[in-house]
Amino acid sequence: MTIIEILFWFLSALALFGALMVVFSKNPVHSVLWLIVVFFAISGHYIVLNAQFLAIVNLIVYAGAIMVLFLFVIMLMNMNTESEPQKSKWLRMAAALSGGSLMLILVAALKDNTSKVTGMFTAEANIGLIKNLGKVLFTDYVVPFEISSVLFLSAIVGAVILGKKENSTTHS
Amino acid sequence: MPINYYIFLSVALFAIGIVGVLTRRNAIIIFMCIELMLNAVNLLLVAFSKMHHLKAYALNHTTTVGTEAQLFVFFIMVVAAAEVTVGLAIIVMLYRNIHSVDINFLNRLKH
Repeated sequence: MTIIEILFWFLSALALFGALMVVFSKNPVHSVLWLIVVFFAISGHYIVLNAQFLAIVNLIVYAGAIMVLFLFVIMLMNMNTESEPQKSKWLRMAAALSGGSLMLILVAALKDNTSKVTGMFTAEANIGLIKNLGKVLFTDYVVPFEISSVLFLSAIVGAVILGKKENSTTHS
Repeated sequence: MPINYYIFLSVALFAIGIVGVLTRRNAIIIFMCIELMLNAVNLLLVAFSKMHHLKAYALNHTTTVGTEAQLFVFFIMVVAAAEVTVGLAIIVMLYRNIHSVDINFLNRLKH
């Protein structure tokens, strides 16, 4: 077993276990912490796949910013385990059955594939570095880049308008 | 490492996200499961990018094929960040109005 295979199996087990714990934890704060574990495992996968820039961005944006936002909202709402609502047993069983059958269908449809993904820190793979990604991003994909800045602006405005108190317009 | 393993891992993560969305009633957990599904797709895109790059590299050693998929992942992250801000603002507004994040209370369109 090479070092890449060991890393792959370890990170996959970590990601799957963390994802299961996200779904099955009773406490929402524990769910957020397990989701951070999943994001770290996925970042490890990115490094194994020579996508170093995406690994760092995944850590900063997802594990750093988005999960902190989730934690803020959960702690703002003061949720605990006792107030956690539960769906009925049959509904949960049907949900697990439908999700499992989707997985079964997708695996059965995609299993006949023989391509390889190999290599780690080898000489051929520098497409994941900032130099190459930035060159393509600011030449070929500069219009989507600018459009995403407009998207962020509208997201900021939308979040402010939604988060504002309803009666604040009366005295303005 | 065969590409199959990455496909199976991503499909498993995606299915776990779907089960979470269908099973839980807490709106924040559902939102987190959607993030999990987005990340499963991102992982598969990066794996395909690497596969594509290795195939092109065998023919031409100065190729930069495979960069596009990583940029798509970058844009998916951008859209996910914007989505999270608006979604969490909606959930906070919901909590302020009905004092709960249980999605079963959101049946006012029925009446």
